[in-house]
Amino acid sequence: MKRLSVLVLLVCLAWSCSKDDAAAYEAVSTPLPLKIPPVFKENLLSPIIPNSNPQTIEGVALGKKLFFDRILSGDETQSCATCHSPQHAFSDSTPTSAGIDGDFGTRNVMPLFNLAWNYGERFNWDGSELSIERQALTPVQNPIEMHSNWDDVVSKLSNHSEYPTLFENAFGAFPITKTLTTKALAQFERTLISGNSKFDKYLLGDATLTPQEQNGLHVFMDEARGDCFHCHGSPNNPLWTDNMFHNNGLDSSFADLGLGATTGNPSDNGKFKSPSIRNLAYTAPYMHDGRFETIDEVINHYSQGLQNSSSIDPLMKKINQGGVQLIPQDKTDLKAFLLSLSDPSFLNNPEFIN
Amino acid sequence: MKNSYTLLLLVFVVFSSCGDDLDDNLKASAATQFKFTHQWNALTVSSADFNTLQFINANGEELSVERLRYLISEVTFTRGNGEDIVIDGHHLIDVTEDSGLTYTPELEIPTGFYTNVSFTFGLNNEANMQNYIDLNSVSFNVPEMLGGGYHYMQMDGKFVNSAAEEMGYNYHAIRAVDNVGSNPTFPQDTFFTVNLGAVNIASETIVEVKMNIAEWFRNPNVWDLNVLNSVLMPNSEAQILMSENGQSVFSLGTVTP
Ligand code: HEC
Ligand code: HEC
Repeated sequence: MKRLSVLVLLVCLAWSCSKDDAAAYEAVSTPLPLKIPPVFKENLLSPIIPNSNPQTIEGVALGKKLFFDRILSGDETQSCATCHSPQHAFSDSTPTSAGIDGDFGTRNVMPLFNLAWNYGERFNWDGSELSIERQALTPVQNPIEMHSNWDDVVSKLSNHSEYPTLFENAFGAFPITKTLTTKALAQFERTLISGNSKFDKYLLGDATLTPQEQNGLHVFMDEARGDCFHCHGSPNNPLWTDNMFHNNGLDSSFADLGLGATTGNPSDNGKFKSPSIRNLAYTAPYMHDGRFETIDEVINHYSQGLQNSSSIDPLMKKINQGGVQLIPQDKTDLKAFLLSLSDPSFLNNPEFIN
Repeated sequence: MKNSYTLLLLVFVVFSSCGDDLDDNLKASAATQFKFTHQWNALTVSSADFNTLQFINANGEELSVERLRYLISEVTFTRGNGEDIVIDGHHLIDVTEDSGLTYTPELEIPTGFYTNVSFTFGLNNEANMQNYIDLNSVSFNVPEMLGGGYHYMQMDGKFVNSAAEEMGYNYHAIRAVDNVGSNPTFPQDTFFTVNLGAVNIASETIVEVKMNIAEWFRNPNVWDLNVLNSVLMPNSEAQILMSENGQSVFSLGTVTP
């Protein structure tokens, strides 16, 4: 019997015709398919899960423990969840955040949900990280974030009373490495799925929109009013983001070059990733630097606060007049619609809370 | 007994997944590939040429392209005997992202002479009513109040207007629609057939499809961006003009066997 499992393992390895070790640990752990919301299943391509890091029960459990554990930071005062807090849809409530040494970063913490549907796999506000696994490497060693180093973290995990068993359950009897650590974190992050807002229920026929929310949806979809849908999704793209990079007219000159710093191309200066407009009720303040405290300020920005620059997106209209000039009723209704995309069940899901 | 079956099955799977295709290809048919290239008149244009005001349209405006993506569907090979081979499905070309610049249909085409190779620009009305997860995932949808379905093309950029100011334009081609709202009506079809002309397919063939972007602004309707620059989706007249101009945009480039 034992010999057969070895054989099966070998065959599996050969079958995948690749060098990665995923098949090896698939044999020790239990697959855990993502819970895909019905509106995603109906409308979107499958989420991206690398062959080298399949989702497993043991991997996700380990990733969750790591995500909430301060052991990943230099002085063990910070975990990922310190900045990415479940009550704020895995974001926080300040414009920028302090790392363990009290130094503030320059960017607003991004909320974490539906990351596996980022098909271009460009993460961070400026697209500087190219996969969830690789993204997880940086906060640990970033001096203004968790300010640790991976050798220390790996040795602390290896000498810990519980982690060695948890890693073995998830990945097999291999030494703990930073690669395995980030794989586990990424598996947990991929389970953070939000697709159960009032608007989702409306799409499924289980809720009705108020007249305000209905009009707000029209403002959002109307090329002559909000025209938000070209960048922020639609009922047919229920991610409510295009996961692309745009300059939405916040500034006429840029303290932070955004995508331009990543690509080195000046025409990318001032471009940042369109955030999903899901869960806005929990993710204030808004924009890459957290400059707006309320949704009203955001709407006023698009309506009358646009700043011109050479890289401003051509979809930003009436820049001379500061924007699309929404009437007060349309502004209020747009806000009501935006809030219908917030998903309280995402905050209270016991699978996501420590 | 059970174990050896499992083993046999697994070994078989290994071989069939790693081995070469053993199917002797004796049928006289060949793979085709479509390669989409883009020009501004004589100038070759790629994403590297985007974002700078360097083109001048027929109406004399200086302009740039920042984003260009479009949809083709139902590639059709026509034989002299009237037998058409239609490749079902659509293909998105995203020049900005350099994706979809080649299209290799799965279906192999019987070798021989074809009097015409054609495709639909955009989607015909029936196809436009389906739900396509690949197009939803890249946000190519048209709002429900405009009849739903998909963009045929999204071209965004900047131009210098008559007041000498740089401003954005959104040349978005969709199905022309009137009575925007819960019961939209459709005055006239705006998808169209592009006829590339005759192609001989003797073996694996690469067909170049050229798009002269300047034609969108020229023929037969000289396009004045000062008048028609944005909010063109709910403007059925503008959609009909785009559809007319689109007819001369595409042409057959080199055909390489
Ligand atoms: C000190 C606060 C802080 C800590 C601690 C932190 N992050 Fe972040 N996180 C941020 C900020 C700020 C950004 C935006 C970064 C940017 O754009 O440069 C971000 C971005 C991200 C993103 C990109 C999301 C997207 O949609 O592109 C992911 C994923 C992420 N963090 C995961 C983690 C993980 C995993 C950990 C723990 C290993 C962690 N973060 C620890 C502040 C923090
Ligand atoms: C051209 C693409 C584009 C259009 C059109 C657009 N946005 Fe945005 N939106 C963005 C980008 C990019 C950001 C992030 C900008 C930054 O932080 O620098 C953003 C940020 C936001 C945010 C902040 C979210 C957060 O978590 O910080 C909200 C809310 C928002 N947009 C709503 C809207 C609404 C409402 C409309 C229509 C009136 C709209 N957007 C139109 C691209 C766009």
